[in-house]
Amino acid sequence: MLSGPLVVVTSFLYLGLLFAIAYWADRRADTGRSVISNPTVYALSLAVYCTAWTYYGSVGRAAATGYGFLPIYLGPTLAATLWVFLLLKMVRISKSQRITSIADFISSRYGKSHLLGGLVTVIAVVGVLPYIALQLKAISSSFSILIHYPDVMLPGGAHTLPVWRDTAFYIALILAVFTILLGTRHLDASERHEGMVAAIAFESIVKLFALTAVGVFITFGLYDGFGDVVHQALQAGHLKTRLIPEGGANFWFSLSLLSALAVLMLPRQFQVAVVENSGENQLRRAIWLFPLYLLLINIFVLPIALAGQLEFAGMGVDADTYVLTLPIAHKQQWLALFSYLGGLSAATGMVIVETIALSTMVCNDLVMPGLLRRWRYRAPSMDLSVILLLVRRGAIFVVLMLGYSYFRLAGEAYALVAIGLISFAAVAQFAPAMIGGMYWRGGTRGGALAGLSAGFLVWIYTLLLPSFAKSGWLARDFLDLGPFGIALLKPQALFGLEGFDEITHCLFWSLTLNIGAYLIVSSIRAPNAEETTQATRFVDAMSINRPIAEGLWRGRAEVDDLISLTGRFLGEDRARESFAEYYAKERNIEDDAELPADGETVHFAETLLAGAIGSASARAMIASVVQEEPLGLDEVMDILDEASQIRAYSHELEQKSRELEAATAELKAANVKLLELDHLKDDFMSSVTHELRTPLTSIRAFSEILWEDPKIDLEERKRFLGIIVSETERLTRLVNQVLDLAKIESGHAVWTSSEVDLGDIIRQSIDASEQLIIDRGGRLKLDLPDAPAKVMADQDRLMQVMLNLLSNAAKFMAKESGRVEVHLKRQQNMYKVMVSDNGSGVPVKLQPVIFEKFRQGVEGSANPLGTGLGLPISREIIEHFGGRLSVKSTPEKGAIFSFVLPCINRGGAAPSNNPGQEAEA
Amino acid sequence: MRQSKMMRQRLVAIFLIGLLLLFSPVIALPDRPRLLFGLPLLFLYLFGVWSLLIAAMAWVVRGGGTNE
Repeated sequence: MLSGPLVVVTSFLYLGLLFAIAYWADRRADTGRSVISNPTVYALSLAVYCTAWTYYGSVGRAAATGYGFLPIYLGPTLAATLWVFLLLKMVRISKSQRITSIADFISSRYGKSHLLGGLVTVIAVVGVLPYIALQLKAISSSFSILIHYPDVMLPGGAHTLPVWRDTAFYIALILAVFTILLGTRHLDASERHEGMVAAIAFESIVKLFALTAVGVFITFGLYDGFGDVVHQALQAGHLKTRLIPEGGANFWFSLSLLSALAVLMLPRQFQVAVVENSGENQLRRAIWLFPLYLLLINIFVLPIALAGQLEFAGMGVDADTYVLTLPIAHKQQWLALFSYLGGLSAATGMVIVETIALSTMVCNDLVMPGLLRRWRYRAPSMDLSVILLLVRRGAIFVVLMLGYSYFRLAGEAYALVAIGLISFAAVAQFAPAMIGGMYWRGGTRGGALAGLSAGFLVWIYTLLLPSFAKSGWLARDFLDLGPFGIALLKPQALFGLEGFDEITHCLFWSLTLNIGAYLIVSSIRAPNAEETTQATRFVDAMSINRPIAEGLWRGRAEVDDLISLTGRFLGEDRARESFAEYYAKERNIEDDAELPADGETVHFAETLLAGAIGSASARAMIASVVQEEPLGLDEVMDILDEASQIRAYSHELEQKSRELEAATAELKAANVKLLELDHLKDDFMSSVTHELRTPLTSIRAFSEILWEDPKIDLEERKRFLGIIVSETERLTRLVNQVLDLAKIESGHAVWTSSEVDLGDIIRQSIDASEQLIIDRGGRLKLDLPDAPAKVMADQDRLMQVMLNLLSNAAKFMAKESGRVEVHLKRQQNMYKVMVSDNGSGVPVKLQPVIFEKFRQGVEGSANPLGTGLGLPISREIIEHFGGRLSVKSTPEKGAIFSFVLPCINRGGAAPSNNPGQEAEA
Repeated sequence: MRQSKMMRQRLVAIFLIGLLLLFSPVIALPDRPRLLFGLPLLFLYLFGVWSLLIAAMAWVVRGGGTNE
């Protein structure tokens, strides 16, 4: 049986587990094996977006409005597609400036203004308090429902109990202690909390599993699947099939827009998405994994809502509690406990991150400026890093107590979703100053202050005060009749704008005035030097790789002063370590004594400090230890212009050098080619002279015999002279072919192209060489189609190719019963001529080279049968007319030499691979 | 560099498609009291579009189709 003590013990065990995970993750981070650098952990930590509001509230909203819970998740899904622009830029800016919170971000953008940071902090705290109250309400009511198991009993008005008997008060206290332990355990005031992020990612898994478990139990355990729930609800009249029955499309759209903004602007979302981000590549997975998480956690919302309405029809059970009360009503105690833990994880995750983010803001942007002003006159009595830690812990405590107070005073008046939306609308006010500041250089501190104040005041007037009125703090007349009875100023129908729901109404007026004031006030005065510098750092964040610090600072500083100043906040050791790493890595200086106290070093110290105390306070602290000369706007503009010119130049230079590299590579390739050609020429020369020498040698030898011995008889003489004549012929042929090839290769050959019939050419060449084959005891077979085979070519050159192939075939065919076959056939738009013989064939390894000069199909023959130039010339000719000459041979079974030539298209000329030469001819 | 530019363009395209399917008069088409496979048409439409958007985003950021 579930009992109070069991639930309490389970809750504490769960918190203990969270703490253990955080401890473990911190340990791993210390040894350099960070868990949160995993992109999946990053995406899960973003799911801190889903709070108790999602866990319990979505079902409540679905019961009331059908699909009204979806825009809160569809908006962020769509917005995630734009994160590659917006969130990536936010992360890059924040990393380079060591931004600690959203207040720090906005204050830093507009010239590191304390006033602006303070205003953002106030808006965030006031705006988010209802949201924290909502989590406390969720935990305390789920707790009191669970301990009444097996009865379904809703908690009565908690605010009637005295504080010390109110569960929510103790929950707030426990959460404060737990958050302090988790978030401000170290005496190290850096902006990141690895352990916390790991714990949050774990909580995201728990709440998803818990809600899914309840959903599966209800849909498939109590009912027979989705269809069954829908069918029964339809019969009972609970199913709302239409999109947003009341309010219409406005609400659908404005709620999505609001959520899309809130998913980046809520202090806790900024904390996990930007401040805790440990690598830009994590965004890529988060872009789809985070929306997928939202989808999964919403799948069972509708069935649970319908099942709850069927189960508790007319029993007055709050729809916000269905996730818990349905398992209880069906006596599933362990599922109920798990469901309670899911809600607890959703609520604690939100409270932990939100209060840590708010405490950083309160500390850096509200408390520190005051303290700094005081310390100007009186040195602090304690170690500064201890003070920082105490301030943060105090802020966590105060924020939670304020949240509890809101819960006590106003918590009962609203359903969960309505409370959350009030907070969303408050943080949406950050959007103009923030997004505007990232893309528009013209925004000024005044503009941002005016816009934020206007939006905040409108929000108070149209949303916060009416919520007080509905809770009974204010007279309802204020709401119904307008202040002092002025109907035109009715808070939820401002200037007579009626017919909208309160959220759309507030969003329209607050954002209109916010953006308007931001633009108009920014236009009154041009940005000053400080604002211009920061505007450049923010707007150009994606194109600047190096901080543009040099030159933007003028004055005198001592490195020792800077180190001891940062040491006072970060601890002496860490400051020295950071500086050492900096000058080794960034400046290439080994000895710290050589570190110049220039603008860049001062900027580094300031950024380092900003990570601990925020940019505005860091600026003030740095200014207190160095002597600065303020720069005028003109000087800043000059320096920035120069910087952007240098960027442009270096971009140009890079491009030039890339072009040069490409040119060099081309030249190198050309050189290699030339060397190769040179080498080929040498080879060719030595081959030619070698080929010339063989016949010359035999001519000379026989001539000498004839010369020296006049008594040789006539028969011998005749034989010798016959050899001399045939060798001379061979020599002539060789020289002719060398000249021919040289002409073709150099492009000086004379080509005459005309329409010729391949059949005619084959017949003529066979007439000329048939005798040769018959003489050698061979037979010839001819296979020609009847139709003319017209190609565009040079008649004489083609004859030359055919004669060469035929004489080769005659030479190499089998000694006895030699056969030579000639085929002509059409293949698609090509004609193919094949000349085959039944000789010994071409060895496989020689097949690729027989078309090279002076290579023959017969290896190592002392008395070559040809010149070794016939095939290279034939190939050149065929290729000239756009064809291809190839060989196919199986050794000992003969060889098939074949070439293809393109047919003549109707009216078109045959393609030539070198049309320019024909013109020349 | 060029790949990530293509990726950004494709994500913007998905954003616009999402706007069209969820926040334009197009949403009125499935917004009628009808059941399909025993489930409300609008429920199927919203979760279907949502899933497809996520699938497209995952496909784009994981480098799908960028190696032409």
